[in-house]
Amino acid sequence: MSQPGVTRRQAFERRQKRRSVLIALTSTVIVIGLVVALVPQTPGWYKVKRSFFNGEVLSETFSGLLSAFVKDIQIFLWCAPCILIWGMTLAVCRSVRTPALFPLRLFAAAYTDIFRGIPVILTILLVGFGVPGLGLGRPWNSPYIWGSVALVLAYSSYVAEVFRAGIESVHESQRAGARSLGLSSAQTLQFVILPQAVRRVIPPLMNDFVSLQKDVALISLIGPIEILRQAGIDKSKYANFTPYVGAAIIFLLLTIPETRFVDHLMTRERRRTSGTAVR
Amino acid sequence: MSPEMTAKISLQDVRKSFGARHVLNGINLDVKPSEVIAFIGSSGSGKSTLLRCINLLETIDDGAILLDGIDISEPGINPDPYRRRIGMVFQNFNLFPHMTVLENIALAPRKVLGQSKKEANDHARELIARLGLSDRADGYPDQLSGGQQQRVAIARSLAMNPEVMLLDEITSALDPELVGEVLDVVRELKSNGMTMLLATHEMGFAREISDRVCFLHQGQVLECAPPSEFFSQPKHERTQQFLQRVTDAGRL
Repeated sequence: MSQPGVTRRQAFERRQKRRSVLIALTSTVIVIGLVVALVPQTPGWYKVKRSFFNGEVLSETFSGLLSAFVKDIQIFLWCAPCILIWGMTLAVCRSVRTPALFPLRLFAAAYTDIFRGIPVILTILLVGFGVPGLGLGRPWNSPYIWGSVALVLAYSSYVAEVFRAGIESVHESQRAGARSLGLSSAQTLQFVILPQAVRRVIPPLMNDFVSLQKDVALISLIGPIEILRQAGIDKSKYANFTPYVGAAIIFLLLTIPETRFVDHLMTRERRRTSGTAVR
Repeated sequence: MSPEMTAKISLQDVRKSFGARHVLNGINLDVKPSEVIAFIGSSGSGKSTLLRCINLLETIDDGAILLDGIDISEPGINPDPYRRRIGMVFQNFNLFPHMTVLENIALAPRKVLGQSKKEANDHARELIARLGLSDRADGYPDQLSGGQQQRVAIARSLAMNPEVMLLDEITSALDPELVGEVLDVVRELKSNGMTMLLATHEMGFAREISDRVCFLHQGQVLECAPPSEFFSQPKHERTQQFLQRVTDAGRL
């Protein structure tokens, strides 16, 4: 019998919802249960547990890892704005249609092709060891500088492509609307096209920046003692891999909230500018 | 006086092709100040292309488009100063979705005419009030009905104080019950003496508002006459056929 005030359809939907929650819960419990029960049965579990999930080593190294992570954040913080600006510049260069600026377009296209095609780690090694090899004196031989430059070079090519996709996704009618009002093509780009393009590409852009946050650790290969390097030092000191797990946890503590925050921003923006939300 | 001297807009043998397709095949027309011209014709007859050419959104292949006797279709000319004087309203509104109604209207006056923010906003609010949208000033286009969006688009054009308005099937994307509110605005523009060229499928409206109705067929103006004459005694056989089809479809 249906409850008073609840239609047959609503009752059905509620039942349906309860059922799917129940199914999701049960399957999760079973999977986790199996992992917890079976993994310790493996012959090497005892050793793995001691060398990767060692609480003692973790508590002794964690604070050191955290303070090394500050370096990663610093590198990220000065790279990110440079990447945004340079990436946007490249994207705009590639979207310019004036024949006189064709060389600029060509340069931007070649640039993105080259740096998207080289693994980040190679760019870091080549720039990080190559440029200081020119015999630059302090502070211009710092691996921080050239490691960061390498990250900016590589990531701006990804970000430029994301921006360019955003620019091209804005419908031609927007340009017509703006030009018909007498806005110049530069004003149209600045006030009409770019603001819409940037809003659209925030989610893919965030992906790139979460990747950047992680790839900062690659700079450790050319010298700086940031979290990955610190974890390596601790690993050798304790003859134990737990510091790597600690480093992974620290990365997650930052990157997961980052992505959730952007999701939140996007939802808010959508709600603000659109009339109704489709389920 | 020569016709160029009195005409607000003069189209002289305007031609335009997209590849092998000849969309405009030599259009000749003089539009007097404060005159309202309605272009009718089937889809693909070149109405929209003609309006886009007059707004210099499309370059023409041959002929000339004169605004107050000045050839604005001259190759290599900077179109921006002339676009300011010719407003255009599109079938799909083309409002900027990331800006509020007020910002949509005030953008061009600020950036193109160099008005201060206050000046532009005050003028925009006047226009918004005139078009009955005062409670919507701070809303975004997606939060408005189609009729309201189209009125905002008209206000956005009017904010530049244009001398000529080009209306490209501005009611075609609207629900029938929203058409009226937009047409009211066009009536008001006519009573204020605005020179207008409109492409439309609303025959009743074309008859009511225009000084001359022009029938476009395969990129040519086949017939141009005051509405009373045009609808009762169409001269050209094609025009008769077109009007017959429209009547059969119950659109007249």
